[in-house]
Amino acid sequence: MAVREFAERGADLELVGIQKRFPGFTAIEELDLTIPAGSFFALLGPSGCGKTTTLRLVAGLEEPTQGRILIGGRDVTDTRAHERPVNTVFQSYALFPHMSIIENVAFGLKRRRIDDAQGKAHEALRLVELDHLAQRRPAQLSGGQQQRVALARAIVNRPALLLLDEPLGALDLKLRRQMQLELKTIQEEVGLTFLHVTHDQEEAMTMADTVAVMNKGAIEQMGAPQELYELPRTAFVANFLGQSNLFSGEVVSSNSESITIDVAGHPITVPLSRSQRHQGEVTVGVRPEKVALHLEAPLDDSGRNSLGPARVIDVSFSGVSTQYIVSVPGIGTMTVFAQNMGFGPVAVEGSEVWVSWDVAHGFGLADEPDSIERFPSDDDTRTIAVQRREALISELEGD
Amino acid sequence: MAFAAFATSEAQPEAPKKKSRVAFFLLLPGILYLILFFLTPLISLILTSLQQPAEFGDVGEYEYAFNWQNYVVVIQDYLPHILRSFGYALVATVFALLFSYPIAYFIGVKARRWPLLQSLMLVLVIAPFFISFLLRTLAWKQILSDESLIITSLKALSLLAPDAHFTGTPFAVIFGLTYNFIPFMTLPLYTALERLDTRYLEAGSDLYANPFTVFRKITIPLSMPGIVAGTLLTFIPAAGDYVNASRDFLGGPDTQMMGNVIEANFLVLLNYPAAAALSIILMAAILVLVGIYVKRSGTEELL
Repeated sequence: MAVREFAERGADLELVGIQKRFPGFTAIEELDLTIPAGSFFALLGPSGCGKTTTLRLVAGLEEPTQGRILIGGRDVTDTRAHERPVNTVFQSYALFPHMSIIENVAFGLKRRRIDDAQGKAHEALRLVELDHLAQRRPAQLSGGQQQRVALARAIVNRPALLLLDEPLGALDLKLRRQMQLELKTIQEEVGLTFLHVTHDQEEAMTMADTVAVMNKGAIEQMGAPQELYELPRTAFVANFLGQSNLFSGEVVSSNSESITIDVAGHPITVPLSRSQRHQGEVTVGVRPEKVALHLEAPLDDSGRNSLGPARVIDVSFSGVSTQYIVSVPGIGTMTVFAQNMGFGPVAVEGSEVWVSWDVAHGFGLADEPDSIERFPSDDDTRTIAVQRREALISELEGD
Repeated sequence: MAFAAFATSEAQPEAPKKKSRVAFFLLLPGILYLILFFLTPLISLILTSLQQPAEFGDVGEYEYAFNWQNYVVVIQDYLPHILRSFGYALVATVFALLFSYPIAYFIGVKARRWPLLQSLMLVLVIAPFFISFLLRTLAWKQILSDESLIITSLKALSLLAPDAHFTGTPFAVIFGLTYNFIPFMTLPLYTALERLDTRYLEAGSDLYANPFTVFRKITIPLSMPGIVAGTLLTFIPAAGDYVNASRDFLGGPDTQMMGNVIEANFLVLLNYPAAAALSIILMAAILVLVGIYVKRSGTEELL
């Protein structure tokens, strides 16, 4: 066994020039990533973006086509899964059905011949409040309980790096929120490095210190959740992480502080520091909750962008806030979120309204919105495997 | 699974009366069949095993009695054969398992990505069934006989002593048993391994288990239903087999198994009570051994 000792604390993870090709497609184009020790890092992206492949590469369940993987400064690229100081909480939990809960949790400790495996396993089960079910079989537990056992089975080994592969995906919303909090608490308590893979942007933002948004096998943008949300750099991030109203147009004027673009005759101003491109065709955007709705034309204010008159084409009330879809002539539709400060919506379907937002809230993107795919592409691992299998069958059958 | 028949059935919740009547009618043909062709012969066999020679009767004439000494006599006379039967069957089962597991693992797990290869290999496993097993066993007799090409060339190369024989030895009998029962072992193993979720194997290696430990701690326990079914399908018929050990096939005078003794008592010596008593002993012994085995292998949770 390579690892007999518990990791003192989390280790940092470094991916250098990783590329992963499967027969017929490339899952990861080129990936460089450093995750500092003790951090909670989330890899966020739609299905098929390469995030699960990244996780499997780190766990040692796949081999990279190119590149190196370093954990705590040690190159582990050529070591096998059981030799790496890494544990995974699998999406399917993968609890061994022929073992009791306690045997499942003690499995890793026993393989590493750590003293008092039973005692430590019970301790880990107490942490997830399931010690009373220690003698049960996995099939006798609910989904949420199984998930906690899977977590206990991984953290009991005190791995330098804990990998979470959408472990909360199968849980209902309420349980998911509860588990998110528990995970975060546990991470802070034990001080491990967590690498969490998810397609749920809210989950990534509430839990992680750092979020990396992945798309088509590459990282689009990486940073603190708030930073990513308030200042997305690409159209993919702007739309995958929350919603955005995007406008494209030619830059008509710029000064040391801001640029102004012309969108179908309306000037829209964005701070220079918040824009990735400063000339030519530029796409700018604003988050729907930053936009204010007015029933009368707002007064001219150089500090605000305003559009109108426009027409409300849809109102949907969701308790805390109301979502308005507004059609702006010559521009298209915009989404506006308004807090329900009074009773009910302020505008009804068909009302004439104006919209405005603080210039400082706008952001300029580095690419065009049409690069966003409307539907998730069908190049995820499973689909590819099915396609390969079908291709092979027809090839072997000679038709 | 074959061994589901041996599992203790748990009390089923009471079904509505109407349904149970339908179930009864559906079961009726089967029950009648079993009474006629299983229970009746069994009772007749037990009665025969207790018969005693008829007074002033001819050879082969017996009358009903409670002559339980028959059992004592056959055990005294044939204990070596009884032990040999179970010994050969056990060794053949172990060898069949050792040969079949890799085959079944390859077909069921490794060849998953190539379904055509999978079916092709399954056909190859079943292919021997297209020829009568008597013919196949006779063919092996030819191949392993003293004058055969293989044996003569082995002797010519001094790899075998000049006076060595294959046929008529325990080796040949166990070889024949193993060969004949490999498909019965492979198929249940394949069904179990084909359903094996490889994510458990990944989880095992993620939890610091090396490939050997993963196999020992995860693959084998998860394929236990297949192992139990396969070993039962091999062990039970192998223990009662009388073809491989027969002198006409691969056996010799020193390799006679219970089946051969029963055959000889019944057809040659016309000692029907002894043959019946031996049959009952064989059945009872298998029942006890299998019962202990199924209980100890503890596969209830995986069903």
